[in-house]
Amino acid sequence: MERLVVTSSPHTRSRFTVNRIMADVIIALIPATLMGIYIFGMRSAMIVAVSIISAMVSEALFQKIRKQDITLNDLSAVVTGLILALNVPPGAPLGMVAVGSAFAIIIVKQIFGGLGQNFMNPAMAARAFLVISYPTMMSIFCDPMITAVSSATPLAVSSCTPLGIMAAGDYANLPSLWETFIGTIPGTIGETSSIALIIGGIYLIVRKVISWEIPVIYIGTVFLLTFVLDGFNFYLSLYSIFSGGLMLGAFYMLTDYSSSPVTKKGKIVYAFGAGLLTTLIRLYGVYPEGVMFSVLLMNVATPMIEHFTSPKIFGGAKR
Amino acid sequence: MSLLSFKGGVDVSGNKEATEKLPITECPPPERIFLPMRQHIGAPAEPVVKVGDEVKIGQVIGKAGGFVSANIHSSVSGTVKKISTKKIMGTDTVLVEIENNFEEEYLELPSYKNSIDDLDTAKIRELLAESGVVGMGGAGFPIHVKLSPPENKPIDTVIINGAECEPYLTGDHRLMLEEGAQVVKGARLIMKSLGVDKAYIAIENNKPDALAAMREHVKDEDGIEVVAMKVKYPQGAEKQLINAITGRYVPSGGLPMDVGVVVNNIASAKAVADYILDGKPLVDRVCTVTGSGIKKPMNVRIKNGTLLSHIAENADGMTEDFVKLVLGGPMMGIAATELDVPSTKTTGGLLFLNEKDAKIPETQPCIKCGKCVEVCPVFLQPIYIARYAEKGLYASSDKYGALDCIECGACSFICPSKRPLVHNIRMAKRKILELRKK
Ligand code: SF4
Ligand code: SF4
Repeated sequence: MERLVVTSSPHTRSRFTVNRIMADVIIALIPATLMGIYIFGMRSAMIVAVSIISAMVSEALFQKIRKQDITLNDLSAVVTGLILALNVPPGAPLGMVAVGSAFAIIIVKQIFGGLGQNFMNPAMAARAFLVISYPTMMSIFCDPMITAVSSATPLAVSSCTPLGIMAAGDYANLPSLWETFIGTIPGTIGETSSIALIIGGIYLIVRKVISWEIPVIYIGTVFLLTFVLDGFNFYLSLYSIFSGGLMLGAFYMLTDYSSSPVTKKGKIVYAFGAGLLTTLIRLYGVYPEGVMFSVLLMNVATPMIEHFTSPKIFGGAKR
Repeated sequence: MSLLSFKGGVDVSGNKEATEKLPITECPPPERIFLPMRQHIGAPAEPVVKVGDEVKIGQVIGKAGGFVSANIHSSVSGTVKKISTKKIMGTDTVLVEIENNFEEEYLELPSYKNSIDDLDTAKIRELLAESGVVGMGGAGFPIHVKLSPPENKPIDTVIINGAECEPYLTGDHRLMLEEGAQVVKGARLIMKSLGVDKAYIAIENNKPDALAAMREHVKDEDGIEVVAMKVKYPQGAEKQLINAITGRYVPSGGLPMDVGVVVNNIASAKAVADYILDGKPLVDRVCTVTGSGIKKPMNVRIKNGTLLSHIAENADGMTEDFVKLVLGGPMMGIAATELDVPSTKTTGGLLFLNEKDAKIPETQPCIKCGKCVEVCPVFLQPIYIARYAEKGLYASSDKYGALDCIECGACSFICPSKRPLVHNIRMAKRKILELRKK
């Protein structure tokens, strides 16, 4: 008989694969993507396509030049491209989107060693990069074509998102809570429809791709803190969690594996910290929106959080 | 009813369907047996027979080589043909080869069936020290050592482990169904030897028939309780089982006796009763022969020292595409290097895998998903222990608790990137111990 195959245990592996995870994230984002296209029109579909293609091309080119294996198969570039597209306004120029997507892949992901090595969420870092590099392009939320679907009266160009209106103190012009829930409000392509994002998020939790701690604690923290700090107004607190990039951030960006802690306690601290920062920035900062900066700040704090939340070993002393 | 469980762990697909309904059959005795003198943890046994000796079933062939060691008895009647040394799984092992005369003659040994009440702790321990019984769940720890805790470690609880959480294996399951009464008697003897009046028989909830059968057997027993455990791997790991049932945490680096508990496997408990009540030493055991690489999966009683090739033949042989044999279950078993080696007291499973099932998917870079951390029943961070080990930074692996790893394999199993986590952690453990010795 031929030699037996000898390997060390375990001799079986789960069917859980990187590919499956990425495919699940894409599936989870389909409702939000479709809602974005429905609300903002076909141009959004173009943006999504450009962003994904740019991410894939950047990854392939980078790996080719570096003579590495090309890992497009793992679908992670598609995920990054898709999430970035959902983070730009529907009126964003296609060229800018392509640049942002390339930035996410090359600068944030690949330079640091590729999948699993990035210390910031690539799409979120790219959004920040675009906000800084193209401030006006990234805040065209009040294009008439866009606001046509919203009952809110357009105000000054940069302040017609619900959070912008709130920051301006113009509460009379806020869209209804229902509209923020469904998503027929100004915003980036994929962030406005809370319901679509929640459905996808629940899918990810059920499929065990993400754990419930991060989104639930993050959203809960923002809700409670807004309630306490902003006049015990239940309505406004609900409003705060359904508007801006909160749901998109909670389920799809804050949960990015490589830039969030691996420990359970760490995840709790991390999500709470992000919720605290988001609320503080929104209520007291100069920006109406706080999701982006809070995610990025907590990404940077992740190694430290992991360090301090190392679990106590079974039957052992804390290390 | 709520199910008991530990924290962490994974769902592993059971794969028990092939054999769980099959009654235990007898493997026809082989023409020759090869008794390894090392079938347990501790010092190997020393042969006390010479070539040409006539022996009977139950006769001592190898005498325990110290306190932490165990006797080895002949499983056939016949003639000693050869005493030699062979390298088995990398270790030089003395083999006593006995030719079977097929007379099935048993050595008469005293039975205490009718005088259980006269047995005291000391007598039971003395008997067990001769019985050859070892932990049959895989570790092979001599039972009399387990049941002789030092004075300063009072024991108040006995756990009989019938979790059988490894996929594929069904031997303990069948034993509970077919010989449950004997298991309970063994549990009682173990309790008696320790002066303990509380015992739990722990069974995973995927064996409702075994749960029902064992509950029936303990109906009139004082202090023996059958508990249903959640189906989760590694529910049957000693420390996790103790935690699930008693809420106690065996200290890092410690033993179950440190928290007043002694755990024994179902088959071991039965073997205890076999020896003390029926005068039958541990000469055979139930083994699950299964997997995609064997033609006729079965639960079969095998005599100690039977060549694995003989056991395979009895199961109609291997399939065309058979490539790998695992001794034990798929999670913690060891891959065999050849089939011409004898079975031992701890051969509870022979998992034959075909090419498809033996294939381990390719490794990808870690995506830091944290799944390995989530499932680790010891609350370690396998990702970091393994990562440091790969870089040769063993001191860091040590700091992350590498030595506490029970090598259950849950982390490697779940890892979406299919990283060889346990493999690397094992390497780290070895290096850390080497470094500590220096
Ligand atoms: S399970 Fe695998 S991919 Fe996930 S963190 Fe652990 S080692 Fe990395
Ligand atoms: S690190 Fe060790 S104890 Fe933890 S899951 Fe992996 S093998 Fe099991």
